[in-house]
Amino acid sequence: MNNLSRRRVLRGMLNGTAVTVGLPLLNCFLNNNGTALASGAPMPVRFGTWGWGLGMNKAIFVPKKLGLGFDLPEEIAALAPVRQHINLITNSTYFRDNYQNLCHYTGWVIARTGSAPKDTRDIPGETIDVTIANQIGGSTRFKSLTATATGDVRNTYSYENSNTPNSPEWSPLQFYTRLFGPDFPDPNAKEFKPDPRVMVRKSVLSGVKDQTNSLMKQVGAEDRQRLDQYFTGLRHLEQQFDQRLQKPEPIAACHRPGEIKVDPAMGQEAEAVAVRHRMMTDLLVMALACDQTRVFNMAYTNANCSTIKPGYEKPHHTTTHEEPVDMSLGYQPTASWFTRRALESWAYFVDAFTKIKEGDGTLLDNVFVYATTDHGYARTHSLDGIPMFTAGRAGGKVKSGYHIDLGATATTRVGYTALRLFGVDKPSWGVNSNNTNKEVSEILA
Amino acid sequence: MTAALMLAGCSKSNEPETSGGPLHLRLISTEQYLHTLAYVFGPSISLELKFPPMRRTNGLLANGAALAGVTTSQMEQYQRAASSVAAQVVDEDRRNYLIPCTPAAPDKADDACAKQFFSQTGRLLQRHTLSDAEVGAYVQQAGEAANQLKDFYAGLGMVLESMLISPEVLFIVEKSEADPDNQGKQRLDALSMASRLSFFLWDAAPDDELLKAAESGELNNRKGLKREVDRMLASPRLEAGVRAFFDDMFAFDTFDSLSKDATVYPFFTGATVADAREQTLRTVVDHLIHKNLDYRDLFTTRSTFMSPALAPLYQLPASQGWTPYEFPENSPRQGLLTQVSFLATHSHPGRSSPTLRGKALRELLLCQVVPPPPPNVDFSALNNPDAHYPTQRDRVAAHLNAPTCAGCHRITDPTGLALENFDGAGRFRSEENGVAIDASGDLDGKPFENITGLSKALHDNPGLPNCLVNRVYSYGSGTAVKPTDRQLMQYFGEEFAADGYKMPDLLRTIVLSTAFSRVDPTQRTTLPAPKKDEPAPQITQNQQSTLSQNGL
Repeated sequence: MNNLSRRRVLRGMLNGTAVTVGLPLLNCFLNNNGTALASGAPMPVRFGTWGWGLGMNKAIFVPKKLGLGFDLPEEIAALAPVRQHINLITNSTYFRDNYQNLCHYTGWVIARTGSAPKDTRDIPGETIDVTIANQIGGSTRFKSLTATATGDVRNTYSYENSNTPNSPEWSPLQFYTRLFGPDFPDPNAKEFKPDPRVMVRKSVLSGVKDQTNSLMKQVGAEDRQRLDQYFTGLRHLEQQFDQRLQKPEPIAACHRPGEIKVDPAMGQEAEAVAVRHRMMTDLLVMALACDQTRVFNMAYTNANCSTIKPGYEKPHHTTTHEEPVDMSLGYQPTASWFTRRALESWAYFVDAFTKIKEGDGTLLDNVFVYATTDHGYARTHSLDGIPMFTAGRAGGKVKSGYHIDLGATATTRVGYTALRLFGVDKPSWGVNSNNTNKEVSEILA
Repeated sequence: MTAALMLAGCSKSNEPETSGGPLHLRLISTEQYLHTLAYVFGPSISLELKFPPMRRTNGLLANGAALAGVTTSQMEQYQRAASSVAAQVVDEDRRNYLIPCTPAAPDKADDACAKQFFSQTGRLLQRHTLSDAEVGAYVQQAGEAANQLKDFYAGLGMVLESMLISPEVLFIVEKSEADPDNQGKQRLDALSMASRLSFFLWDAAPDDELLKAAESGELNNRKGLKREVDRMLASPRLEAGVRAFFDDMFAFDTFDSLSKDATVYPFFTGATVADAREQTLRTVVDHLIHKNLDYRDLFTTRSTFMSPALAPLYQLPASQGWTPYEFPENSPRQGLLTQVSFLATHSHPGRSSPTLRGKALRELLLCQVVPPPPPNVDFSALNNPDAHYPTQRDRVAAHLNAPTCAGCHRITDPTGLALENFDGAGRFRSEENGVAIDASGDLDGKPFENITGLSKALHDNPGLPNCLVNRVYSYGSGTAVKPTDRQLMQYFGEEFAADGYKMPDLLRTIVLSTAFSRVDPTQRTTLPAPKKDEPAPQITQNQQSTLSQNGL
């Protein structure tokens, strides 16, 4: 936002992306619910996702009370400090229609694409973060940022298509270097001197673009699509170089965080995952404060996750299936232990946004986070009774602190709400029974 | 000589006719990129980056290379890698031996020197001789950059950087030509063939000699092709190629995120993870390449290599660095199934898993497909809190008694249970919870008493070499084997058997086959990328009512 100029919008138009880049920025300009930046431009509103695996235990997770001030049953007790910042949406449904229930896959794929997958290789369309990044991610250093706390580069919920995952940052050290290493354009640096090497980099890139264009003429249609993706990547690099040649506008809340010099221990112990999650979250939040991206994805775990409780022989996923239900408690105690750890991390994640002051409020006021899981009750691979969360107030467009029962309607209503909030002009979202044109109006301000 | 040619002719005529696979546009893998850079610029270039992994497709990551797209964040990674490599090539320590000339003045353009550098380096990185126009464009860019930065080497580095992220380097593009020996058929053109051979056998781009053979037309005739293939198979680079193949076939990418519960397996550390992978790859290369032994014997051999990090798991005194090691004759450690790599990757973090091990044996080594469990699994037998099952055999017996589970577990568990003498980290044990472990079972009707018996049964199972043939061909050609390739696979399998199941012979048979270079450009090169918002098949009214009855 801070670098928006007539020239930038025009350049967007020349690149054939006028509709996807130019208009939403103007939309944001018109939206004055947020507090303005020093220059008078409104705060950018950012979209993010958060994902956890293996659902919950309804009896100890779903609050009895609806609306504001909902109760916090024992499995979600960790949410007390952030209750006013989130919405808890329960009793929604992933509709698989005539496809199989692909365990630990169908659910999250519907949550992220609006459509049931036909097999475990299928991602039936781009994920929601990609759609929103195409809308609002064009002007920042990174179109989007994706991270996982599992330490496994294969764990992502973000896909351009079946064959193009947005691979996550899995190492806090590498993530730090990417965001705040030598190439970090510190908006508050006293001196700004454009690096002549960056100028040269930008100009030699034109040769690569020419090569790509001539190669595109030699391959079939499917491969041309892949080269087209690659070409978009080149344009993205070009844009990054461009940005490094312009003095960034100061941002008070932006500080280069303390350097990460070594990665924390690998491993799937819940504590190791929590440590990585905290480190990744802190980096992500500062990257947002520095307006390096406006779209982000965090995976606390993958769906079919192998988080372990030290000394307990089964990882989380196996536990959900094989641990006996404790008859006196009425649930699987260790499986619930894992879910509680996930919710502690979710609380940490939400709270981290409140630590950054932005305008008269905090970063959380200008964020909308969409948090999803794969199943309702993992033990039986249920696709109903699905819990979801949102966090943040999207520049004042969203209310928070509510518990809403979706009455067994489609989970995609929450995703559709997000798409509308970010100006994606779609009359509906989702396929077949997951198709909806109904927002979750209860959370709209 | 004549006899040899006749024999070659004979064996060629036995090859069944095939239609050929698609032309590929393959994305280079991290390892292929690193190997190529190491061969072009020498081993002193260091690069910590790891590109996003390909998606495993029909059993191999390599097949994902022909489908993989590139995201913007991936482009940033390529850019960072290129920037690091280029800076190292032109730095003061390396420029004297990596750049073949010295500029007239270090602070400005020198077209002649730049031309020499880009025509040599560009040819190796882009896998063909650059045209005058191509070299000219690089020289001009480097000249402008040198003058702008007042530094010849900096200018050269900037342009090298752009070359390293160019589509010619990152994508392996295949092209076809008419096959003069088979009317109406198409084959890979010589340069595409050079790349296919080289990435297959060496996991790296072609060297100068192979490019020369392609450009002179030698690779187009059988004699020239044979000579090059023999040279490649004799090259030390073959080792990297064979390692890459088995790392892929054995799904060793699992190691990238493998960890164990330290409270249960205190011996299993980060060093164990790296060394367990290395141990198996060393064993494979030594057995198949250095000693040129029967592939099937890999599953019964007592020869391996030991490292200090692995010794505690094998209950052995620590060695100094990597040393060859032979287990005693009566040891239960015989063959790859009993190595930590197989035992630990197909287990849970805190316990062994007969099912995961049995599934891996079926899928990775016999190329069979084990279906995933149904969503409505009934775990009540296992969930009974009063039950006490001392051993895994008792626990998984529940699978075999439940009809919905038994179908698949009957093919995984009996083999997996034979490995129960090794815990989830791969340490030997003779009992579990005070009860002696029963490791008997059967593999496709061949009964055995213990793990040594299972290894022997696997060794003798015809599926074992056939699976290797299938995977090697698929890996080399970059496409899954089709049902119509059955006769071709049978032919390769027979040749493999006749050659005593020797890996180099199998590689030679495959790359010299007509099928390996035959292509059908009309075939779809990739799976279709899903269209945005493409509706799934519509639900009929009947189905809708069924869904409602089921409460959906």
